[in-house]
Amino acid sequence: MGKFYDEEMETLPADKLRALQSERLVKQVKRVWDNVPYYRKKMEAKGVTPDDIKGIEDLHKLPFMTKDDLRDAYPYGLLACDRKDVVRIHSTSGTTGKRVVAFYTQNDIDLWDNCCARALTAAGADEGDIVQVSYGYGLFTGGMGLHGGSTKLGCMTVPISSGNTERQIQFMTDLEASILCCTPSYAAYLAESINEQGMRDKIKLKAGIFGAEAWTEEMRADIEKKLGIKAYDIYGLTELSGPGVAYECEAQKGMHINEDHFIAEIINPKTQEVIPDNEKGELVFTSLTKEAFPLLRYRTKDLCVLNREKCSCGRTFVRMHKPMGRSDDMLIIRGVNVFPSQIETVLLKEGMPPNYQIIVDRVNNTDTFDINVEMTEDMFSDRMSKISEKEGHLMAALKTMLGIQAKVHLVAPKTIERSEGKAVRVIDKRKLY
Amino acid sequence: MAVKQISVFIENRVGGLAEVTDALGSANINIRALSISETSDFGILRLIVDDVNKAAKVMREGGFICQVTDVLAVAGEDKPGSIAKIISALTKGNVDMEYAYAFFAKNEDLAYMIVRVDDEEMDRAVRYLKDNGIQVVDEEDVMNL
Repeated sequence: MGKFYDEEMETLPADKLRALQSERLVKQVKRVWDNVPYYRKKMEAKGVTPDDIKGIEDLHKLPFMTKDDLRDAYPYGLLACDRKDVVRIHSTSGTTGKRVVAFYTQNDIDLWDNCCARALTAAGADEGDIVQVSYGYGLFTGGMGLHGGSTKLGCMTVPISSGNTERQIQFMTDLEASILCCTPSYAAYLAESINEQGMRDKIKLKAGIFGAEAWTEEMRADIEKKLGIKAYDIYGLTELSGPGVAYECEAQKGMHINEDHFIAEIINPKTQEVIPDNEKGELVFTSLTKEAFPLLRYRTKDLCVLNREKCSCGRTFVRMHKPMGRSDDMLIIRGVNVFPSQIETVLLKEGMPPNYQIIVDRVNNTDTFDINVEMTEDMFSDRMSKISEKEGHLMAALKTMLGIQAKVHLVAPKTIERSEGKAVRVIDKRKLY
Repeated sequence: MAVKQISVFIENRVGGLAEVTDALGSANINIRALSISETSDFGILRLIVDDVNKAAKVMREGGFICQVTDVLAVAGEDKPGSIAKIISALTKGNVDMEYAYAFFAKNEDLAYMIVRVDDEEMDRAVRYLKDNGIQVVDEEDVMNL
């Protein structure tokens, strides 16, 4: 049995957990009905009122929420508390460029910090640890999420954010950081650099918490070997809070979902019917305790399997498998959500035909992101400088829309692969699932 | 006083250039001068041909992206120092060259240079070159080479 941050909750027997979830669900449904007209409309359309929800067994009666709902209700349409009670927002990209903005009350932040503190504890951290948070800080939830958890746990927290590898290694060695939090690809990159510089003996890391993008068991083994640490996975999404919705324990066999805060369901993405545990389907979450931005039955589009078998660590929370793919076309590139439709939006806005192809690969554990765009007469010129100018303009517009840099390649017209007449928009060469 | 040049977009891959030259050859278009400028992804093929309108039609029908633009064509004696004379005149006249390439004509003692200047600069550049004793060639001259 390992250590717990909140032993009572993390080891709550199944029946008590279910009772707690039921009680919180009933309250949450009533809350959104009272405070959020958007929810009320959706529930009325489905013929459901809060009176119909007496416990978790009635969960299936509630309508689903998707990213489209978040877009429709943008920015404040799903806010379930007074604006004056909101203390922070985080944001992530949406399907057509409109961003998803999630709101937090102080209580929401506290509970999120608790979830991350649980994740850190499960990875072996306590107040004696030095936690280097190398996730990006800002609108992205990674940095501030783990930062909050680490601070709550009482660790010495190093808010170094992402990038600047030299400085990362310097802090890591000088301060003797013991826990590293970042994306798995950045961890792999850091591991590579540390070994190249012969600094392996100078680092004191014992564990790492790596999330926000897909990674394989092979990648885990590689990072663990190169850094001499245990590498733990963590799951979350901005819509629900951020990292810490689910976290791995010492068993490293799936991520425990913080079920006192989130109910997880698996549905068939086509029929939208709930399917049994141990069968692969789309992961759906209901946030039970969020005040500012509660989501009921939010479809994550992550394909996943739930496992209710008893875990050797003693936690009773259900475990989710690493996401095994997506039920939509969203890509996660360097930790950033990218929808092909966003590229289409930019091209159309720039007056170009939406003929493009995204090529994603992973080279030296870092995602590469290339976009082939078919050249047009409008963009073409006999002068290289004019083409470069337009190309640069397009790349800047894409960067603004996507939040990450893509390399644009201009290709001849009608050369983008079409399968049965339909253009192949995405070639993902990474083997992540 | 300008000469028409056709530029064609070519992808940087084996056979990319051949597709263009084959199409022009099959259409009986004679290439007088040629230059290529390239990046890692693509190239711009610039041509002076005997029938630029026909060439543009052939290119577009073949699904190529092309553009017809005005460029300056200047002539100098085919002997050492003559290109230098042209370049130095352009430099002295503050004419900004985007690119340039040279070619020779058969049975003549002249060397030719194609110079791309800004469209608004064209008239001034022609005037300046002429004032400095440099022969500027027009479309018809080039066709008859």
